[in-house]
Amino acid sequence: MALLDFIQRLLGLQKPSAETAKERLQLVLAHDRSDLNPELLDQMRREILEVVQKYVEIDIEEGEVSLATEDRVTALVANLPIRRARVKPLSPAGQPLHDSDPKDSPKQASTEGESGDEPLAFSDPLDSAEALNADEESPATETSADSQPT
Amino acid sequence: MLEWLTPEDMKKIVELVAAQSDFVLIDCPAGVEQGFKNAALASQEAIVITTPEISAVRDADRVIGLLNSMNVQPVQLVLNRVRPKMVANQEMLAVDSVTDILALPLLGLVVEDEKVIVSTNRGEPLTLSETGSAAGRAYHNIARRLCGDDVPLIDPSKERKGLRARFLSKIRQVGLF
Repeated sequence: MALLDFIQRLLGLQKPSAETAKERLQLVLAHDRSDLNPELLDQMRREILEVVQKYVEIDIEEGEVSLATEDRVTALVANLPIRRARVKPLSPAGQPLHDSDPKDSPKQASTEGESGDEPLAFSDPLDSAEALNADEESPATETSADSQPT
Repeated sequence: MLEWLTPEDMKKIVELVAAQSDFVLIDCPAGVEQGFKNAALASQEAIVITTPEISAVRDADRVIGLLNSMNVQPVQLVLNRVRPKMVANQEMLAVDSVTDILALPLLGLVVEDEKVIVSTNRGEPLTLSETGSAAGRAYHNIARRLCGDDVPLIDPSKERKGLRARFLSKIRQVGLF
């Protein structure tokens, strides 16, 4: 290790390269193992964002839908900072839905909107509620769906 | 080369050798081409050997995926050419990181050793040399573990740390970063 690197590490300017290597490896293996091509992944990302946007205003720039891997199981992880909840959720055509029915409340509706064959794990409902009430740059809700081990 | 050799041929060869041996070790070529398929389809177990580098671990992951789909079980890992000093300085992937990522049990750990090159130059097995070497001892330990001996695995990067690594880990403990 060169002395310059050592000093930078000491000052906290640079993190150890082994840590970077581990992160890079996990990212690349998540993609290798899922065997999804980039176009499909991008399309899925766009569609997920569209669905979530129907119910809450999210920060598109900050939003992130990525693949993570642990113990040879790949998971889809979405991290979407919420600006504020829409008072009236938008229908696909952009028209407000009826909000008298409790089923159409943002949280439940978004669960229905995204559920598929795969199990969906949501973060603690209390966390989401806090995220909805808080201002922008607030805590983000996180959804993850386990896919098949590859 | 050897395009005519099929997995069936390999199985026959292995059966012939197995009749008079305790273990049959097949040195599998790198990659996932026909040579890999021949070796994997004729095997019951597998030992995946990789170095702690991103590109090597990535290739190993692909091989492990294929071995799993071929029902070769169990699959164990040998980490080769580990540089304890670099690992201690967090400049090389840690042993735990690689075993975690690949989700495989570790069979052995071979440190980078110049004597490997010298002994292959001479064509003399390192395990038979009398002077002893770090890599030679590691090979011995791997062989003993395969025979069922309980030989503890020692992570050399945790054993002898450089001055800088000790200093950095001390600071980390104090909580400066």
